Amino acid sequence: MSTYLLKRFIAMIITLWLIVTGTFFLMHSVPGSPFNEERTTNAAIQKNLESYYHLDEPLLVQYGNYLKALVKMDFGPSIKKSSQTVNDLLGRGFPVSFELGFYTLILAILSGITLGVIAALRHNGIIDYLAMSIAVLGISIPNFVMATFLIEQLAVNFPIFPVATWSSPSHMVLPILALATGPMAIIARLTRTSMLEVLTQDYIRTAKAKGLSPVKIVFKHALRNALLPVVTVLGSLAASILTGTFVIEKIFAIPGMGKYFVDSINTRDYPVIMGTTVFYSGILILMLFLVDLAYGVLDPRIKLHKKEAK
Amino acid sequence: MELLKYEERNISPEIPDEWFVPKARNNQAAEAVVRPSLSYWKDSWHRLLKNKLAIAGMVFLVFLAILAIFGPLISPHSVETQKLTMQNLPPSSEYWFGTDDLGRDVFTRTCYGARISLFVGLMAALIDFLIGVVYGGFSGYKGGRTDNLMMRFVEILYGLPYLLVVILVMVVIGPGLTTIILALSITGWVGMARIVRGQVLQIKNYEFVLASKTFGTKTARIIRKNLLPNTMGPIIVQMTLTIPSAIFAEAFLSFIGLGIQAPHASWGVMANDGLSTILSGYWWRLFFPTLFISLTMFAFNVLGDGLQDALDPKLRR
Amino acid sequence: MEKVLQVKDLHVSFSTYGGEVKAVRGVSFDLYKGETLAIVGESGCGKSVTSQSIMKLIPEPPGKIRSGEILFKDIDLIQLKEPELRKIRGANISMIFQDPMTALNPTITVGEQIMEGIIQHEKLTRNQAKRVALEMLTLVGIPNPEIRLKQYPHQFSGGMRQRIVIAMALVCRPDVLIADEPTTALDVTIQAQILELFRDIQKKTGVSIILITHDLGVVAQVADRIAVMYAGRIVEIGTRREIFYHPQHPYTKGLLQSVPRLDMEKGELIPIPGTPPDLFSPPVGCAFAARCPHAMEVCERVYPLKTQLSTQHHVDCWLQDERAKNLVPTLV
Repeated sequence: MSTYLLKRFIAMIITLWLIVTGTFFLMHSVPGSPFNEERTTNAAIQKNLESYYHLDEPLLVQYGNYLKALVKMDFGPSIKKSSQTVNDLLGRGFPVSFELGFYTLILAILSGITLGVIAALRHNGIIDYLAMSIAVLGISIPNFVMATFLIEQLAVNFPIFPVATWSSPSHMVLPILALATGPMAIIARLTRTSMLEVLTQDYIRTAKAKGLSPVKIVFKHALRNALLPVVTVLGSLAASILTGTFVIEKIFAIPGMGKYFVDSINTRDYPVIMGTTVFYSGILILMLFLVDLAYGVLDPRIKLHKKEAK
Repeated sequence: MELLKYEERNISPEIPDEWFVPKARNNQAAEAVVRPSLSYWKDSWHRLLKNKLAIAGMVFLVFLAILAIFGPLISPHSVETQKLTMQNLPPSSEYWFGTDDLGRDVFTRTCYGARISLFVGLMAALIDFLIGVVYGGFSGYKGGRTDNLMMRFVEILYGLPYLLVVILVMVVIGPGLTTIILALSITGWVGMARIVRGQVLQIKNYEFVLASKTFGTKTARIIRKNLLPNTMGPIIVQMTLTIPSAIFAEAFLSFIGLGIQAPHASWGVMANDGLSTILSGYWWRLFFPTLFISLTMFAFNVLGDGLQDALDPKLRR
Repeated sequence: MEKVLQVKDLHVSFSTYGGEVKAVRGVSFDLYKGETLAIVGESGCGKSVTSQSIMKLIPEPPGKIRSGEILFKDIDLIQLKEPELRKIRGANISMIFQDPMTALNPTITVGEQIMEGIIQHEKLTRNQAKRVALEMLTLVGIPNPEIRLKQYPHQFSGGMRQRIVIAMALVCRPDVLIADEPTTALDVTIQAQILELFRDIQKKTGVSIILITHDLGVVAQVADRIAVMYAGRIVEIGTRREIFYHPQHPYTKGLLQSVPRLDMEKGELIPIPGTPPDLFSPPVGCAFAARCPHAMEVCERVYPLKTQLSTQHHVDCWLQDERAKNLVPTLV
């Protein structure tokens, strides 16, 4: 198992390096200098700025420096927000974004699994159709539409929750709801399908033949097996929640990483774009790794295959 | 073993004696096939027709296509003409969906948005299909080391967060309709390639394909009778599910200001414009574009689900 | 002999995409204490449905027990509600399914899967349950039971898994054990071991076994009595000797001729022509008539009456009627 972990770790580093490299050259392939847009800067100042940010050095040298800094977890300075580093922005934005993303993921997983299990147990019943209609709707309504709808209904028409910002638990309700609907719907559908599949398995019939109660059959025998496919999509769901935070943070004016990212795109603040991208990718790759570990814990067959493979 | 005597046996005298004659032989009866066999596509079509939600989705999409093509023609207002005297009017017989802050007709703009969304969705699906089928088909057909290498590459692309990549590409090549489609295609084809490759690999080794070959069936017939029904199903389903995700991506990008640019009409742009007026009570400016985005995605999703159920040969009973 | 289980005129049907399938159409038999009754027949003849109906394990819907009685200790299981049924399942009547690869839950340890049955039915602590489980594993011949208890199903071979499934079924000392094709998925050598285990266990525990199979070789080894099923009905039932040496129903004869036997002269195997009838609309008369070499007009019109040939041997066939004897004198 430990050699497997090591292998996975090396693969993680390689993927991350590929992303860093890809992002770096993509960002530096944009024609012109990032300072071009500002009409006020004259040629001399532009030159100064470029040398200050080492933009006048050969690309490969810049790339080498960037990698060296990255190893030390230094994402470099922001171009547009003077006297601030990307690390400053991340340090301020990440805790907020993490809170939003984490609660969203928890809510999506818990409610999605519950909905999916209930739908499967009431297969072809009214509750099933209702739950699955909600799920298709949840998948179809884009998160920013959901956000605007929630604001319109629950903050403007019926002022139950505050419209924006991130300062108290009641501020968190709407953004989390808006962001969680899609992933919840995906989890619910997947759980239902996989639960239905598991319920037809022979070992469920065996459990019934033992005289176990339906509750025991569902929770002890079916659920764990039904959740295996759900665990595998958690990685990509985390990715979609992450991209979702860009727009949700923008709509609700939440001072998170996503907002900085979107702002940096609009102001062409390349070091910030690059830094946040690399940071996001790192988190996602870590997520995928954790999902893999969780899968190994849930399914005892996994470890053996790894051993047998050697 | 001794047999019981005749008197002790259970014999029913009410059955006439003349029935005890050998039955006329009819061998076909024993072998008769009971249920009529339907062709794959016919069978799938019948199953799809039974799925009311999927049919509703299909009807809506046809309606949307008509609206996208003819809507701007029947509307008396143009997309970009600004009438500053007609700002923020609620829906009326003159302006069906109301007007926006520059006095533009929301209905006409929504129709244009439908054009953009459908165009982006269809183009993305088509490009994904072309690249995916060629790449995945070649990889699966070749097999071995080539396949291994090609799939490694696909795996790396697959691990990247789709929208993040699209955003980065948009930052580099700048906003616009063609660039959106280009950006979506850069990683979008990966899913299709995986599906096609998996199918080809699987079917290549199926016994029924080998069996048809040994019977001397012509290649064209094998492709038509065996390969197509088995690969087309998942491909069609993947395409119907690519379209809504491309439509979502376009709306998302336009919403955060990276997609279609302001004077042009796209549902994402309109939703973003409408958002700022949410407190002023101009609900129609937000309502119509978001309603259309949601309905369109919903229609494609239920149609995709319906197709998946209808086309899956394993479900055939 | 004491009857532990009586099935009377059982009718089971399934509603499907294409209509209602009448899978079991009036099955009756008794099961005596300590015996092995084999139910044989081609796939789709209703033997598995019959066995699953006894424990009411057929999925409802689409399945439905239309009528009949299943008497266990004078209780009609068909009338019982789910909670009462659960007290009988696993405790008094238990079941073994065909494929040991899929019958065990892959994510739960073998020990837990054996123990949960005892804990469900008997007031035992986990430690006591564990002791019973260990005893059971030893009984079914699994070495190192202490270690094996903590392992997962994938760490066992097919034969070993089937032993565990048997241990699981026997853990509460049931009166009746229903084994649905218990050896079909196993290698021939393992098959023999498992059948040996069945005989051994029966001797030790006195359990009555209903063995569902299509394999006459298996039947010859372990069955005391044999019921032959065709198209949802038992067409002939008798002791092993009676069925193997004096089969009366043309279908039974056909079955016996279609499998290789050591005592057969110059081994020619004669297949039964045709396929079983469609159970969406089963024939009015004898379902085998269409494939029967001796079919008469009456066979297609009326279902034959039961003829008792000995205390144990019954057959449903018009050839037993005196009037048929004139037509085919060589038959009997």
